[in-house]
Amino acid sequence: MTVKQTALETVWPPRDVLPMTPRVTLLGPQRFMPTVGAVVQELGLAGPFALITAGWQVRETEDEELRAAIGGTAVNLGIYDEANAVYREDKELHLAIRARQTQLRELQELYRLRLDHAMDAAYRLVRITDKEEAILGPERESALEMVRSIDRHHLARVGELRAQHDARYRPLEREALARRREAIAQRIHDAEAVFIAGGHVAVLLNRLRLFDLAPILHHKPVIAWSAGAMAVSDRVVLFHDAPPQGRGHAEVLDRGLALCNGVLPLPHASQRLALDDATRVGLFARRFFDLRSVALDPEVRIDWVPPRWLPGAGVRQLTRNGIAAWSADEEASQ
Amino acid sequence: MTEAQVHDPRLRELAAGPLDAARVLGFAREHGVPLVSDDRVTFIYYGAAQQVHLRHWIYGLPGNQPFSRLGETDLWYREVELPENSRVEYKIEVVKDGRGHWMLDPLNPRRAHDPFGANSVCHGVGYRRPDWTLPQPGTREGTLDAVRIKSRAFGAERLVPLYLPARYRKTGRYPLLVVHDGSDYVDYANLKVVLDNLIDRLEIPPLIAALSNPEDRLVEYPGDPRHARHLTEELVPHLEAHLPVIRRPDARGIVGASFGAVASLYTAWRYPGFYGRMLLQSGSFAFTDIGPHSRSREFDPVVSFINAFRKNPGRPSERAFVSCGTYESLIYENRSMVPFFQKIGLNVRFVEARDGHNWENWRDRLREGLSWLFPGPLWMTYE
Repeated sequence: MTVKQTALETVWPPRDVLPMTPRVTLLGPQRFMPTVGAVVQELGLAGPFALITAGWQVRETEDEELRAAIGGTAVNLGIYDEANAVYREDKELHLAIRARQTQLRELQELYRLRLDHAMDAAYRLVRITDKEEAILGPERESALEMVRSIDRHHLARVGELRAQHDARYRPLEREALARRREAIAQRIHDAEAVFIAGGHVAVLLNRLRLFDLAPILHHKPVIAWSAGAMAVSDRVVLFHDAPPQGRGHAEVLDRGLALCNGVLPLPHASQRLALDDATRVGLFARRFFDLRSVALDPEVRIDWVPPRWLPGAGVRQLTRNGIAAWSADEEASQ
Repeated sequence: MTEAQVHDPRLRELAAGPLDAARVLGFAREHGVPLVSDDRVTFIYYGAAQQVHLRHWIYGLPGNQPFSRLGETDLWYREVELPENSRVEYKIEVVKDGRGHWMLDPLNPRRAHDPFGANSVCHGVGYRRPDWTLPQPGTREGTLDAVRIKSRAFGAERLVPLYLPARYRKTGRYPLLVVHDGSDYVDYANLKVVLDNLIDRLEIPPLIAALSNPEDRLVEYPGDPRHARHLTEELVPHLEAHLPVIRRPDARGIVGASFGAVASLYTAWRYPGFYGRMLLQSGSFAFTDIGPHSRSREFDPVVSFINAFRKNPGRPSERAFVSCGTYESLIYENRSMVPFFQKIGLNVRFVEARDGHNWENWRDRLREGLSWLFPGPLWMTYE
């Protein structure tokens, strides 16, 4: 049965209109089947390059394999360490950020409490098969809209906390941060393209935000994968259908840098999601109906060439009817 | 002995044809033995015998389950009810010339090993060995090392094997697990493989494990202050001085199974708050409310300790994962300890499994236990 989009699904607020990035290439995980080198060649990039590996945290500088894969001259922007240097120099800002992160963690826990119940209800309703659609359909839709409402509320609250923090501490105007940001901006300016690797998505996103790199990256070709792909997209959603602990309901974490629009990248989707469960896949796709949920598995590549996406070979997307191919033909026809 | 009804159609088919060792062996290879159906298993033995018995370790069932002989043939069988997801270790006793001889099931290649040897293993419907207990291609592997500790508590030197995680670095910061019977955990519960896999899958953080081994287990584990002192005042401080371990109770775990669980609880009880995390598997938590206990003499010091603990528990730790098999007698003691732990303020998770008092039961619970005590960065990390 094909599930139609309902009027309620149009409630989500429109995305911000962002300046056009030259090109954003999102790749699947690179650990076992690296494709980034081939992408560099195909795009005709020669360097110099800038690397962001902040998601690797203390291993940020262990980038030898990455450098070898992409070739050319590359400079690691070192924003994980740079952030730590800012914290050491500007204690007040460091304490303020730690306090904000504690608040964000608490907020995430409260969100999870509400989400668990709402998602359980949505799943229970979607698995009922012995009732008439006329009775069941609106109840299912209402349950799902409750989930979306909780997601929206959470995203708004996260934004509020961040805005309050920024208004109070004005981090970009603080000397320790401003000085380093300027140096990072210069290195990005000198690079032909920027590579953003995966790792811990919150750490990566927080560092990218701390130095407010979105406006700078908007002017450069960006190649990102795994957590990097998540961080440069509109919205960051955490997901795993079968974690060893917890309920496994996908959670909205935050807005991303929105260097590219309209796609929700799901790295390791085949490993982390039950893609053969059409009910789960359908619910996921309908919950995040305003974004195209893309399985960003190894060897997958999609390119954002504004204002259009170019899906590579074998790309799959989560749809309301289950997992399906996302072809270049489909994209071109829209 | 009377012949019991043969329920399994595969066995009926076997019995309908000519029986010889080669045909029975071929049958076992084709169908797998014991024969497993929805809620029961049928054990099979082929050979000349006066009697054949199933010897198992399922508490609650008679320990001696006689096989039936199929007519005048040498084919013996025994049908046993077995709930889904069960895992049972057993041997077969063959009686010849009036004497019983215990053996591994010659028709079943599945074995479980422990310090005392090996048992045959029967998997009930639904049980599958978890993939994270087996080496996985591409998984980054940790290494085994060792330290020598001069123990004043024992007046002797102790060699303590260490597990260091893959990509270990001296500038990192790692939680520390102190594991009782550490080498047995590695040999019989695949602890190294399990840690490698769980760390690689981001389900637990990279951590260091001290794989402690006793010299005299029955003396040191059930309430020996020297042991608690050795671990807490000698081993852990030595590791903290020489390795990049996090010096906080919530990053310090103590692990043990059976008497090792008693030793873990005892050590945490002697040093309340030092070990913020406890993983207690099939703890031999025997106690009495009145009168003497009914277990063997080895349990005397256990009962003394657990009785003392119940009288004056304090708050030994912050969080405890407790697991036990429903086919072991200790299930009753473990179940009764859970509300007690909760009453004294521990955050407890208790898990039961349809398994016995054995290393593979303890192995299969490690993912749930370790990931609860030491959650990894899985949810946040997309490599």
